[in-house]
This record gives sequence, C-alpha cells and structure tokens, in this order.
Amino acid sequence: MALLKLTSPHAHGTQNTANVMQLVLLATIPGLLALTAFFGWGSLINIVIAGIVAVGCEAAVMGLRKRPIMFYLGDYSALVTAVLLGLALPPLAPWWLILVGTSFAIVIAKNLYGGLGYNPFNPAMVGYVVLLISFPVQMTAWPAPLPLYPDGESFPGLWQSLQMVLPFLHAEGIDAFTAATPLDTFKHNTGFLVDQLYQKDPLYSRASLAGVGWEWVNLGFLAGGCFLLYRKVFTWHAPVAMLGALALCSTLFYDGGSSSSHGSPLLHLFSGATMLGAFFIVTDPVTSATSNRGRLIYGALIGILIFIIRSWGNYPDAIAFAVLLMNFAAPLIDNYTLPRTYGHKKSRRATEKKD
Amino acid sequence: MTDMSYREITNNGLWKNNPALVQLLGLCPLLAVTGSVVNALGLGLATMLVLTGSNIVVSLIRKQVSDAVKIPAFVMIIATFTTCTELLMQAFTYELYLILGIFIPLIVTNCAILGRAEAFASKNNVRASAMDGLMMGAGFGLVLLVIGTIREILGSGTLFDNMHLIFGPVAENWTLHLFGEGYGFLVAVLPPGAFLVAGMLIALKNVIDDRVEHHRATKRAPVIKGAKRVRTTGTVS
Repeated sequence: MALLKLTSPHAHGTQNTANVMQLVLLATIPGLLALTAFFGWGSLINIVIAGIVAVGCEAAVMGLRKRPIMFYLGDYSALVTAVLLGLALPPLAPWWLILVGTSFAIVIAKNLYGGLGYNPFNPAMVGYVVLLISFPVQMTAWPAPLPLYPDGESFPGLWQSLQMVLPFLHAEGIDAFTAATPLDTFKHNTGFLVDQLYQKDPLYSRASLAGVGWEWVNLGFLAGGCFLLYRKVFTWHAPVAMLGALALCSTLFYDGGSSSSHGSPLLHLFSGATMLGAFFIVTDPVTSATSNRGRLIYGALIGILIFIIRSWGNYPDAIAFAVLLMNFAAPLIDNYTLPRTYGHKKSRRATEKKD
Repeated sequence: MTDMSYREITNNGLWKNNPALVQLLGLCPLLAVTGSVVNALGLGLATMLVLTGSNIVVSLIRKQVSDAVKIPAFVMIIATFTTCTELLMQAFTYELYLILGIFIPLIVTNCAILGRAEAFASKNNVRASAMDGLMMGAGFGLVLLVIGTIREILGSGTLFDNMHLIFGPVAENWTLHLFGEGYGFLVAVLPPGAFLVAGMLIALKNVIDDRVEHHRATKRAPVIKGAKRVRTTGTVS
C-alpha cells in the first residue's frame, strides 16, 4: 500500500489573487453600465486610459525593481486599481488628470511601499485624493445625468467624448453639460425644506431614491457587491458596518426634513460613491482591518467619518478621505481585535509580551 | 574628536552626517517652509547663521560651563543668535520675514542646532566648531534648497519666484515659468509634497552611498590565498 505523504490542510483554496481580482473587475460592470448610460462614455474612456497607464507603470516599476514583470502583471491588481480610479474620476476628465492620478497611485502609493500586500493605503484612493486636492476644478466637474439634458440633446458620442478627453484630437465646439451632484446640491441648500427642494429640483423630483442617475449607479455597484459577497470574495462585515453606520448617522441628523437637514438616509446611501466605496474600496483586503470584529469597527468608523465629512466638511463627497483616514487606523484596530485562537481561553494582544 | 580634520568636518556636514538627510533633525522647518526656493534659501541662511554663531560661542565657554547648567546655557546662546537673526531679517528682508513668520523664532527649537552645540562645540576648539557650524548649516541649507527647488518646480511650475525678497530689485525678473502660466500641482506645495520629496532625497542619498560602497568593494580585488598550480601541459589560450 502506497502511503502518500501529505500534510494538512488537505483542502485547496480555489481563489488566488488573479481570480479574486478578475471577479472584482467583473463585478464593476453593472455600475460601469449605469455610469455609461447616465453620464456618457467618459467613465469607459477613464478606465481604458487608467488601465493602460497602470499596466505601463507597474511594468516599469517591476522592471526597475528587477522583478518578473509578467508575473506581477498577471495578478490583475494594477488593473483593479486603475478601474476603481477610473470609475471614481469624473467622466470626460482631461487625459492628464487620469495620467497623474493613476501613475501616482501605482508608483507612489503602491510600489514605493513595497507593492501589492505592503501598501498601507488604498492606491486608488490615494490617487483620487491627490487629484482632488491638486485639481479641485477638474475633479468636481461632473457631467449632468442624461434625463436632465435639455429636450432633444444627448451627451457627446464616443468620438466626441474622446476628442474632449484628448484635446489634441481637435475638439472644437463640443461641450457637455455639467451639473451639481445630489450631495453637492444638498450641501448648498440653505433656504428650502427638504420636501420643497425635492419638488423644485428635477435632480431629485425625477428620481425615486436619491438623485437622477446616481441612484442607478449606486444600485449597479450594490449588485456587483452582492455578487462578490455571493462568491465569497470578502465577508459582509465591513460593507454592512459602513452602510449601517452611515444610515444611522443620517437618520439621527435628518432633522425632520428642515432646511438645515443633512439629508435622508436614502440620499446618503444611494448618491455619491457610497456603494462603490462600501463594496470595492472598504473591502480591500490589504488596507483594511483583518479580523471580522476588526472589520465591523473599521467599516462603522468609515461610515461615521463619511457622514461627518459630507455634512460638515468642505468636500461634497468623502469616501476617499474617510477610507484613507481609517487605513491609518487599521493596524491599531487589528492590534485590539485579535481573534481568540482555537484552544485558547482568550485572545491576546499582538503587542503583548510573552511571560 | 579634537583632531578631526577640516576636510572630515566638511564631509560630515555636507554629506555623511547631514543634519537633514541622515540625522533627520530639524524636520519641522524642513517640511514647513520649503514650498519655494526663496523661502528655503531664507530659512537655510538664517539657520546657518545661528548654527555657526552658537557653535563659536558654545565652544568659547565650553570650559567654564558645568554639566548641570550646560543645556540651559546653550539654549540661551542659541536664542540670542536667533533673536539677532530675526532682527536682521526685520531690518533687511522684511517681506521674507513676514512670509517665514513663526519659523524664524522657531529656529531656537531646531534640534540640529542644540545637537551640534552638545555633540561637537562643547568638546572642540573654536575654529573646528565654527567650521562644523558652518558646514552643518550649509548641509541643512542645501537640502532645504533642493527640496524647495523641486517643490517649486513641481508645485507651481516656477523657479526663483519672488527672489527679490532676498536679493533686492536686481532679482525682480528672475522668475522662470517652466510649464507656462496656469500650471499648478497643489500637492507638491502642501505638506504631503514635502514629506514625499524629503523621503525621495533620503532614498537617493542611500542609493548613492550604496553604489559608492559597492564600487569601492569591487575595486579592491581580493587577493586569493592558497596554493597556486602551475600549468605544465598544453597552451594557454
């Protein structure tokens, strides 16, 4: 009888990095479709440009570091960073904006810290924040959603969009309409009750949940997130905690719909980058807390920070800032939420000295 | 320590033991006021002046001051020179003084200065101490200048903007616009840019040191010890 020498565990995981990253890429499709349907070709162009830049930067850095280039490109992590950044950037952003943001994300936020698995901050969010504080004008120019265009007009076609993104293709006389986002409009509302504002502004009156277009984008990312949950790419803890905390905060501060209200829970959950953040950014395995209990705390604190920055901060949306701030805190959370090891009575802190 | 050559002191201050890149002292002004060349140069010169002055005086009184009152005495001396510098700047470069603001009086707390007083000037003669102060100050100022240059180019796309604050009306037209008007990359001017540029400079210095060390190691070819064989047949090609 032949005895095979096998050591435990005998079960094999089916998920390697490349598989997980491919699933994440797949899960962004519903959100991307919604973005394209309501805001035009911009997001798709963003993603393509960001993808090319990210893969180029990753290959260049790996070459400089004398690592096998194809091996590291094959884990799709650079591409995921690029896609997430491309989704977060405003559609029809100029090409150099995407170039600066993506190369900053890949070269500085990811590879200078040691590459995938060593980066303390989410690279896509670092790229986004660098762009947001450096180029606020370009970063806050969101196109208007399609239903708000004047009758008979539509957003620029694919070729026209390309001409706007790459000005050397001779863009003349092409223009897209920009409009304030639901969160932005709400932030600058001073004189109206929430109900009045909702009736007055077509951005809200033509929508059923939060804002025209935006609600569908968020539903799209929610669907993608549910798919990833179903495929067990991440656990429910961080996203549910984040959305729960955000909903709780916005309920507490809804203020009965007065003119100084900070917005209904629906507005907060289904506008801006809430769902993109909850399922694609907060769940980043590298930069978030590790244990389930830690993830609950991590997600909840992100939700609270998002609400605080959205309501009392200077920027209309806050996912990136909140996530980066909590990335700082993730190691600390890990330190206090070490799970109990099987067979031990209670868990120990990671920094505890051995007796 | 006392027989350290001037060459060694210079090398220490400018490169090997550079206060900003190796000792990592005085990082607060290093990060806060290096948004442009003129700010960096202003603060670098002021720090160099204080450092040299305090080193000389500390060295002069080094045998009279007991260990118990050493630190307070050094701080008093440094504070005196800082006040002198502050008054000089108010008199001659008032606008720059206003721009640098709190960071001029804060030179007192620059630990690079107290560090040199304690580590070098209190143990060495006046001439060596003066040299050390000058070179450490120059090393600090040069790093400030390099960071200021990089951040000004990246952040505002200009070089030598506002240089008339130091050099007078001659320098009114020194401003170079490298990328045309309207360029701006705010991150480089904000504090994160300072951290990034300083970090890159430290990395660059370490790389250069490694290369030099590697080069030296390979140049000194090791002598192979042991038996040598003499080839007796065939031809050596």
